[in-house]
Amino acid sequence: MSEQEIDLKKRRFLTGATSVVGAVGVGFVLVPFLSSWMPSARAKAAGAPVDVDITKLEEGQLVRVLWRKKPVWIFRRDKTVLANLPTLDAELVDPNNTEDQQPEYARNPHRSINPEIAVMIGICTHLGCSPTYRPEVGAADLGGDAWKGGFYCPCHGSKFDLAGRVYAGVPAPINLAIPPYHFVTDSLIRIGIDPKAS
Amino acid sequence: MDNNKNWIDQRFPLTKVWNEHLAEYYTPRNFNFWYFFGSLAILVLVIQILTGVFLTMHFKPDAALAFASVEYIMRDVDWGWLIRYIHSTGASAFFVVIYLHMYRGLLYGSYKAPRELIWILGMVLYIALMAEAFMGYVLPWGQMSYWGAKVIINLFGSFPVIGDILLEFILGDYAVGDPALNRFFSLHVIALPLILVVLVFLHIVALHTVGSNNPDGVEIKKNKDADGIPKDGIPFHPYYSVKDIVGVVVFLMIFTSIVFFAPALGGYFLEAPNFVEANPLKTPDHIAPLWYLTPFYSVLRAIPPMFGSQLPGVLAMFAALLILVALPWLDRSKVKSIRYRSWPYKVALAIFVVTFIVLGWLGMQAVTPLYSLMAQIFTALYFAFFILMPWFTSIGETKPVPERTTEH
Repeated sequence: MSEQEIDLKKRRFLTGATSVVGAVGVGFVLVPFLSSWMPSARAKAAGAPVDVDITKLEEGQLVRVLWRKKPVWIFRRDKTVLANLPTLDAELVDPNNTEDQQPEYARNPHRSINPEIAVMIGICTHLGCSPTYRPEVGAADLGGDAWKGGFYCPCHGSKFDLAGRVYAGVPAPINLAIPPYHFVTDSLIRIGIDPKAS
Repeated sequence: MDNNKNWIDQRFPLTKVWNEHLAEYYTPRNFNFWYFFGSLAILVLVIQILTGVFLTMHFKPDAALAFASVEYIMRDVDWGWLIRYIHSTGASAFFVVIYLHMYRGLLYGSYKAPRELIWILGMVLYIALMAEAFMGYVLPWGQMSYWGAKVIINLFGSFPVIGDILLEFILGDYAVGDPALNRFFSLHVIALPLILVVLVFLHIVALHTVGSNNPDGVEIKKNKDADGIPKDGIPFHPYYSVKDIVGVVVFLMIFTSIVFFAPALGGYFLEAPNFVEANPLKTPDHIAPLWYLTPFYSVLRAIPPMFGSQLPGVLAMFAALLILVALPWLDRSKVKSIRYRSWPYKVALAIFVVTFIVLGWLGMQAVTPLYSLMAQIFTALYFAFFILMPWFTSIGETKPVPERTTEH
């Protein structure tokens, strides 16, 4: 074979082309490995809707159920509580629900479908602790007479009212989230599915 | 004997490696107390790997079984309590040693040219170690494991747009649960230890390429004798290998005292709520990470939410960690060692040490208005140390650096 001149340009092109094709291949191989981190079929199934019967839920009573491993609170509010809600507006960050923390059908002063029945995700919007239910009006450790009942997060001191709206000046930035839910019958709530979807 | 050695040397550079890194690795003769902690960090890494191997033989990485399997190790496995307490104490000891090791770097300017890469590799090691420790703390599946994990992982949810998907990706579920525990186990026992060992290897290779700094900040390679051996250098082995063994003995005396007499160390090494099994419906009264993460946790809490998002606090926390990487370029001083630095640096370093400790302490306390204000002030001081560093390292009069290392 005669001595050939080395074509450096061709060599650089071939090295580059091989690298690019190799990188694309690595990209494709990454997909199954990264996807394996997403919720599995079993986890998705476990995230299915949850039914709650509220026939025996008394005024002021709160029940907790797990939906997608998150605590969901369902509690019944009496007339006084509902009347108190608008009086708190001045102390709240987002009294009118401008942030998307609730479905459209709960974007109202009481943040629920039925004014009496509140349904919300019991996870503090600061760092994910579960706030404590403190319905007693005038609790001394929560500001005395100004306290109209609500939720207090023991982790970093965030406060929410009985519609899950966050008070100003606490670590939590936004209101508690309202999950999608609807009433199957007057006394049966299905958490996880919007009303129109059923 | 010599024949065997030759046989190996023809096939593997045994004698060469031994000489280059131990018997003929010339180390400054003036090392002091602060130079114990590098070798101690390797000792703790070995302790953690060995005890970890044995704990893995009995631990069940399953949300339903994990807590009980740790109780089983503590009560039913012969000497299991000892192995676990060595491992849990080792985690905190690791950070004690690493923080002192890093402080040594600040004292003597060990991060300055030509050792920037050693410092950067060290910072990557430090961040990997934090991840390793955090995931390890999740495994016993106690209340603090669960809620601590929740708080830390939720940080990633505050990123705009990708936050929710990122959370599901990390958790493999819609909340902290079995998939998270299972993958943290994998990362804690396989991925991160491998990464740590490789990084330690690179850290040492980089160190042995440029040679060790010393309390005078003098480059010993500038003064060599006729044989090319640094005049101020002594072979690492046997001189420093023997010195380090003294350090190991003292360290193990303190370490075993804690393991045997106070493994929880009053809640600093093991928190009381972690002796209760994880319960997603009940948050402990007070959530605080372990002491070695609290300075950064304080920074996180110090920044109030802005624009309806807690992202600024999260970014500040990551910035507090990452700004350390820039240290070699922020320091403009001509001298390395604190012995010859100007007074503004000495004052700044003292304030920084106090700041770091106060932030660490604040991170363990429940939030009150006073503590929030203090956290904000000390967070500002923390960042001021780095942002003002180009200024305060270039003012004031430095003392003349000697040609050779000094005797004390």
